[in-house]
Amino acid sequence: MSILSYLINGISLGSVYAIIALGYTMVYGIAKMLNFAHGDVIMVGGYVALTVMMNSGAHPVIAVLAAIVVCTVLGVVIERVAYRPLRNAASPLAVLITAIGVSYLLQNVVLLIFGSSPKSFQSVITLPDLKLAGGSLVITAETIVTIVSCIVIMVCLLTFINKSKPGQAMLAVAEDKGAAQLMGINVNRTIALTFAIGSGLAAVAGVLLCSSYPSLSPYTGSMPGIKAFVAAVFGGIGSIPGALIGGILLGVIEILGKAYISSQLADAIVFAVLIVVLLVKPTGLFGKNIQEKV
Amino acid sequence: MKKNVKDNIITYGLVFVFFAVVQTMLSTGKLSSLFKGLLIPICVYVILAISLNLVVGISGELSLGHAGFMCVGGFASAFFSKCMAEAIPSSGIRFTLAILIGAAAAAVFGVLIGIPVLRLRGDYLAIVTLAFGEIIKNVINIFYVGKDSKGLHISLKDQFSMGMEPTGKMIINGPQGITGTPKDSTFLIGIILIIITLIIVQNLINSRDGRAIMAIRDNRIAAESIGINITKYKLMAFTVSAALAGMGGALYSHNLATLQASKFNFNTSILVLVFVVLGGIGNIRGSMIAAVVLTLLPELLRGLSDYRMLFYAIVLIVMMLLNWAPKAIEWRESLVQKIFKKNGKEA
Repeated sequence: MSILSYLINGISLGSVYAIIALGYTMVYGIAKMLNFAHGDVIMVGGYVALTVMMNSGAHPVIAVLAAIVVCTVLGVVIERVAYRPLRNAASPLAVLITAIGVSYLLQNVVLLIFGSSPKSFQSVITLPDLKLAGGSLVITAETIVTIVSCIVIMVCLLTFINKSKPGQAMLAVAEDKGAAQLMGINVNRTIALTFAIGSGLAAVAGVLLCSSYPSLSPYTGSMPGIKAFVAAVFGGIGSIPGALIGGILLGVIEILGKAYISSQLADAIVFAVLIVVLLVKPTGLFGKNIQEKV
Repeated sequence: MKKNVKDNIITYGLVFVFFAVVQTMLSTGKLSSLFKGLLIPICVYVILAISLNLVVGISGELSLGHAGFMCVGGFASAFFSKCMAEAIPSSGIRFTLAILIGAAAAAVFGVLIGIPVLRLRGDYLAIVTLAFGEIIKNVINIFYVGKDSKGLHISLKDQFSMGMEPTGKMIINGPQGITGTPKDSTFLIGIILIIITLIIVQNLINSRDGRAIMAIRDNRIAAESIGINITKYKLMAFTVSAALAGMGGALYSHNLATLQASKFNFNTSILVLVFVVLGGIGNIRGSMIAAVVLTLLPELLRGLSDYRMLFYAIVLIVMMLLNWAPKAIEWRESLVQKIFKKNGKEA
């Protein structure tokens, strides 16, 4: 039974990675930038939810909503202030470094407000755990909620992008910014919307992550951020189903690696698998192979 | 005078001026102990910045795992120094050999990693270099090496499973890394290594090979069509850069009492990348200056105590915006023009 429970844990962790990776992949697809501050938005989401729950004793759902609102606003503000001025910069690396600056900024602001010691996070999920097979297989409520929310988010996002007008605008901007503008699409607003959705998702991911792994520090977001980035590349960056598959695979590999090979080498295994995948399929599992023309 | 000769003179001149200023300040005792402690790290980061600029600026590939090569160089050289501490008593010879070994080990890793990695492009290449950097860090983190009368013992588990004699001593102790490396690094050696790095990189850039590398960066397909061997030149830039980073790592490791693999994480790679981008991609001199300024900045901001890193982040963002945003560049140029016009009228 243990392999089954590892597998379920892996899928749960992978679902969190997938939600974070969605934010990465959407922003990359549309703005062609790696948003290294994304991981720190997760951490901010966690702190907002924690503060709301601690100080006002509000219902967890309200705390989650507050986290989503704060992170969405934060994402839009970051995009407006730090990224938009650099959109047409001579080198795409400029905005990458600025994103790193934003990441430092968020970490240090949180450090000044909340201190560096890790805070214990009280789970937002109050449902009972699920016991299967006469109690030998326990699936925690956090796991179930994480997996279900990942699926729900996925379905909503795909419907939004494929059926709604703003979603179609996103696809158009991702395809060709100039042409989209000529078609009357407000490129700036579309990119801002992408950041808003990505950051809102990051807040959800932050709350879910902290519910399963209840310790929150200003640096909580950076490693899951990098892992989610890896997941996005794994599935083919820019592809939404790719982010889901990549995230879940990554989570499962990490948990199984930790359980069966070595807990210290789990990260190395994750990265090694990534390297092998990219060497076989250089644009990730679901990546588009773009023909180069002279 | 040719443009690149003039350019080189300015760059080397800056290094000498920096050295002279620091030396006079040292001899007059004007330097606080905090700044003295930063002198070698500054040299290390300058070397790292120059070597990463070779990959990012000249070869045009984004590498996010530069700290990994620094880690290999640091550990290889510190390992050598510790093993040979008794065999070679002269610290000069030992340290020279250690630096060479550090550079060679990093170069070997550069080739091994470069061959698969350089098949990829753009952000995919970046993420794979990141992955390799993390793997190197993680693997060294579980390495245990000890030495006793029977020779070397190696384990990936813990120090007790090696079956070492009780008199044996640990050299690499897993996550605790290497302790007690001889402190051979000095500011003078650091400056000499910077000069060596500069000579290697500047000569490479201005050579036929360097022009081939830049041709690949500017247009891969065009370069290939005139018969430039892409893999060979990319690998060349990558390996030289790795070797130089290994050299920086050797300097770094011989300055610390404890060398831990966890020090060489993603953040260190990013820090070096920040120097390169802030100083100007492909601009060797700029990245050197950026490395010095950004290494000193946290110390200069020490008066702000808790707000120090916050200001560092803000300064970084503002500098990036001023340096790279098209609007900011426009504004800067118009400002320069205004000043010049005024001067012209007055004259």
